[in-house]
Amino acid sequence: MNDKHKAILKVSINGKEYEANENETILKVAKRNNIYIPTLCYHSDLFLSGVCRLCVVEVGACRALQASCSTPVLNGMTIQTESEIVNKSRKMLLELILANHYTGNNKCNKDQSCELQELFIKYGVTKSRFGRPKEKRYKILDNTAVIRDNDKCIKCRRCVDVCECMQCVEAIKPMYRSNELSIGSVFDADLDKTGCVLCAQCVNYCPTGALVEKESIKDVYNALNDPTKHVVVQTAPSMRATLAEEFNLPAGRSSTKKMTTALRQMGFDAVFDTNFSADLTIIEESAELLSRMKKKFLNKENSSLPLFTSCSPGWINYIEYFYPELLSNVSTCKSPQQMFGAIAKTYYAKKSNIHPKDITCVAVMPCTAKKFEADRPEMQDSGYKDVDYVLTIREFAKMIRQSGINLFELPDSDYDAPMGISTGAGLIFGVTGGVMEAAIRTAYEVITQREVPFKNLDIYPVRGMEGIREASLIIREPIDEWKFLDGFELKVAVAHELRNAKKMLDSIKANESDYHFVEVMACPGGCLGGGGQPKPTNMEIRKKRARVIYDEDRALPYRKSHENSAIIELYKDFIGEPLGEKAHKLLHTYYTARAD
Amino acid sequence: MQEAETNINKIVEKYNYSHIELLSILEEVVDANGYLTEEMVKDLAKQLSISANEIYAVATFYSFINIKPTGKYVIRVCKTISCQLAGKNEIIKAIEDELNIKMGATTKDKLFTLKTTDCIGMCDKGPSMLIDDEVYHSLNPEKVVSTIREYKRI
Amino acid sequence: MQREFILSNDYIFGDALNKVLAEQPQDLINIMKKSGLRGRGGAGFPTGLKLELVSKNDFDKKYVVCNADEGEPGSFKDRELLFNHTEKFIEGMIASGYAVGSSKGFIYLRAEYKWMLKKLLKKIEQLREKSYLGKSILNKNFDFDIEIRCNAGAYICGEESSLIESMEGKRGEPRNRPPFPVEHGYVDSPTLVDNVETFANLPYIVKYGDEEFKKYGTEKSPGTKLFSISGDCLKPGIYEFELGCTLFDLLEACDATDVKAVQVGGAAGITVAPKDFNTSICYSELPPEGSIIIFNNSRNMFEVLKNFTDFFKEESCGLCTPCREGVPKIADAVDKFIRKENVPDSHIEVLMELADVMKVASKCGLGQTASNPFVYIYKNFGDSHHLS
Repeated sequence: MNDKHKAILKVSINGKEYEANENETILKVAKRNNIYIPTLCYHSDLFLSGVCRLCVVEVGACRALQASCSTPVLNGMTIQTESEIVNKSRKMLLELILANHYTGNNKCNKDQSCELQELFIKYGVTKSRFGRPKEKRYKILDNTAVIRDNDKCIKCRRCVDVCECMQCVEAIKPMYRSNELSIGSVFDADLDKTGCVLCAQCVNYCPTGALVEKESIKDVYNALNDPTKHVVVQTAPSMRATLAEEFNLPAGRSSTKKMTTALRQMGFDAVFDTNFSADLTIIEESAELLSRMKKKFLNKENSSLPLFTSCSPGWINYIEYFYPELLSNVSTCKSPQQMFGAIAKTYYAKKSNIHPKDITCVAVMPCTAKKFEADRPEMQDSGYKDVDYVLTIREFAKMIRQSGINLFELPDSDYDAPMGISTGAGLIFGVTGGVMEAAIRTAYEVITQREVPFKNLDIYPVRGMEGIREASLIIREPIDEWKFLDGFELKVAVAHELRNAKKMLDSIKANESDYHFVEVMACPGGCLGGGGQPKPTNMEIRKKRARVIYDEDRALPYRKSHENSAIIELYKDFIGEPLGEKAHKLLHTYYTARAD
Repeated sequence: MQEAETNINKIVEKYNYSHIELLSILEEVVDANGYLTEEMVKDLAKQLSISANEIYAVATFYSFINIKPTGKYVIRVCKTISCQLAGKNEIIKAIEDELNIKMGATTKDKLFTLKTTDCIGMCDKGPSMLIDDEVYHSLNPEKVVSTIREYKRI
Repeated sequence: MQREFILSNDYIFGDALNKVLAEQPQDLINIMKKSGLRGRGGAGFPTGLKLELVSKNDFDKKYVVCNADEGEPGSFKDRELLFNHTEKFIEGMIASGYAVGSSKGFIYLRAEYKWMLKKLLKKIEQLREKSYLGKSILNKNFDFDIEIRCNAGAYICGEESSLIESMEGKRGEPRNRPPFPVEHGYVDSPTLVDNVETFANLPYIVKYGDEEFKKYGTEKSPGTKLFSISGDCLKPGIYEFELGCTLFDLLEACDATDVKAVQVGGAAGITVAPKDFNTSICYSELPPEGSIIIFNNSRNMFEVLKNFTDFFKEESCGLCTPCREGVPKIADAVDKFIRKENVPDSHIEVLMELADVMKVASKCGLGQTASNPFVYIYKNFGDSHHLS
């Protein structure tokens, strides 16, 4: 029955005939045919519709207009998307929104990509005939990562949908009713008391300035202007694939060699790459996986498998809060950001003869949960705060704009050594499945001394945008140490978006799956869809970003973490063995159950 | 507080820990305890395996689910048109005077909370009011005062 | 014109049910279709067709819901049916359950009517004892039982999709439609939602036949209708009239004189001035929701407008933009009228434009009608009160 052909329907939009499939919405058919319909609540990544009413259209003889985002087409339907009443309604709705949109003295943090502002301009709504609010009505809510200003909120509920349906967190809900309705938490609690995992996907989808990240720009400028500080910066793998979008370029353009130059011009003393510490993470994490497997399958001892990756701090917050009983399965490896900080203030400090107290470690991340991660009290293994400040990519772009740098007119430059030296394995951390792929490239070679049996090292089974992907790999002819794994089927899985993580965790708890290694990223598409990435986002954009990352990986001379010369030197000169004493002190961490 | 915990346990058990019955559960919890506290919401969330935010979102949608401290009895005077035509303002004034509180307030002895409510379907017999789930109609100032005094005696 | 039909005492519980259960479910659907009965909650959807839509949905669980969330200002006829004619609508529910293939019914009772909850539960228990509810009703292969769920103070839950959300323990916010409850209703199952009065009509139609039923009312709006009459008249109360009657008929019956205006259909309805009192009340003209509120010449219609507007301001669910943001804008202007502040004509025009948009762009009936009081009262009574 599944291959039953779907009936092709015929509909008329603005007098022209179009084909449509059964159960498609009017909006979908219109979009496919490049017919513009404005939307504020609907988003192709999300699950909600019919709230803002901006997408209303005239349908046949219906007296009421229909929300095109939620109304399925019927055969023979006649649709008007631009009639007088439709346009009158849209303008009026925007005017009503403006009338309730308090922005203080017209200053809005959302100087870029405000969907609401774009619509005001498009529909010529410059003032509201109902006046504007004269004062603030709501208290600002915040936590380490996110600021919510309900005076700018238009109650479209995208954030609620993201939090509940995409991330299964439910930190916010529509509270109260009528004009008193506001998005908030139980008994009006502040954002840090609600189980928010700080992923900031809500920020990514907010069409206004009601949700923004908590900025660290001032702190970074202060450090840059402080002559006693040696300011080092690390940039996350995905940034090179997305930063260009902040400068009005279409998704899919790399800015790797430009942003390094920009960072130097902005005054950073050393420009390093998180890809370096991503390689380091792979060395430690693949060693951890293999040691857990040895414990379980050779020594027949207790050992928590599957092993979960630990690079995504939104994911770590989630499991600490919602599945604390599975914390022993989480890799003890710090995330690349934190490994970087710990190494920068020890190894690098020693090597460059700078006292760690004089080093300010800045990270530019696609992520807001990284701000919280950097602030964790356990992240001070260097004896200092390992990472001082975390900027989102959006904040960094703002700084570039503020300093008047024209990014794409800058000369190319490379990262500084040694912590800017990296491989393609570190780079693909930026996309869902990347950590898995990088780990397999190394682990398989450790076990067999041969390259993974995939053409060009491209492990396609773990790539893609499916929410949960499973793969398995049979280990053939391992070296003596790993003889017990001969013929062993290594089962791995990849999940992104927390709803998929939840599905995975539930299946593991119910003993319905027997994975050995699981990669989880909190955000859609992994870090390239992170809560600190340029806006807007959607599947198409994320796929283009992924393409940049994979293309760059393929073009790199070294694509396996254990081939990174700087990492080899780091172990030789400083750390010693993976999982060794020093590694444990600097590169590993522990987790805390957070549920109350 | 212990008391509230016990009766919440009983209520959720009666409804089989089913969150689909959330509204009925909230109504009974409010009946038993007067209003919802943060502890009750968290307790319910755990027992029903839903988020405290979800519970609060539902609770704040319905005007009969009290989320603020209320008196033992909640008086809801109908303020909708037919009762207005029939003189609800005098009724409110009489209650305010009798209880020495303003609309929306709770008496010092925590016995009564005075509220208004939308149409209670007693339009042919206005003015009317509810005290908790009981309905009182064809009111006049004398009648409403004597009704309230009876409640004071209970 | 005035009839005793639904309110008639000539009624024995079980007569209709015996007849229905002796026949096929489709037979009941057919007679209901032929009767032309339309939903008495206000929307007027053909009852027989709705029964058929639910019955045709092949699904193992289906539900019958009696919408007893009568919340429209000035409406209290369901109160009478619920309290004094309990068996009639319950019989209608059971028969409908048989027709659509459902074994579970709910009465969704408004919180404001909880004072009658005990009586309703007792009645249900009695019917269980007599085997009219429960397993194998009348020894037929038909199980049906009824549970009562209560609202907790939200007018919007009278709207059927909000009602279902509320029954599922959620905020009573209207769903996107389609899909309609007949396909995806309570817990995603096909659900028949009808008003108390609609169910109460069923035993009569079954007993006396569709031809008898159609003798009353008009061709497009057959049958009788209950009217809740309140406000300025000597004999407020519930009246049963044929559909197609006029306001004159009703005003005469309840002894109303010196009438300035009549609110037909509650706050969401229409404010009618004396020149239109001869308009008939039926599905194609004045809405036959049943709430009739009378205002005499001593009344200030702007006080009435304020009362209605404040009602909507409080009861809007807040989900969609036009209703949530629009109603307060109307309320602001009405407050100015009341304070005798100047509201320029140009702003009245803006508000009329807003009213038009709310009517077409709101998600549900509440928002689509929330501007009615402003439009009708201003149109009919604006001049004598406009203070600019």
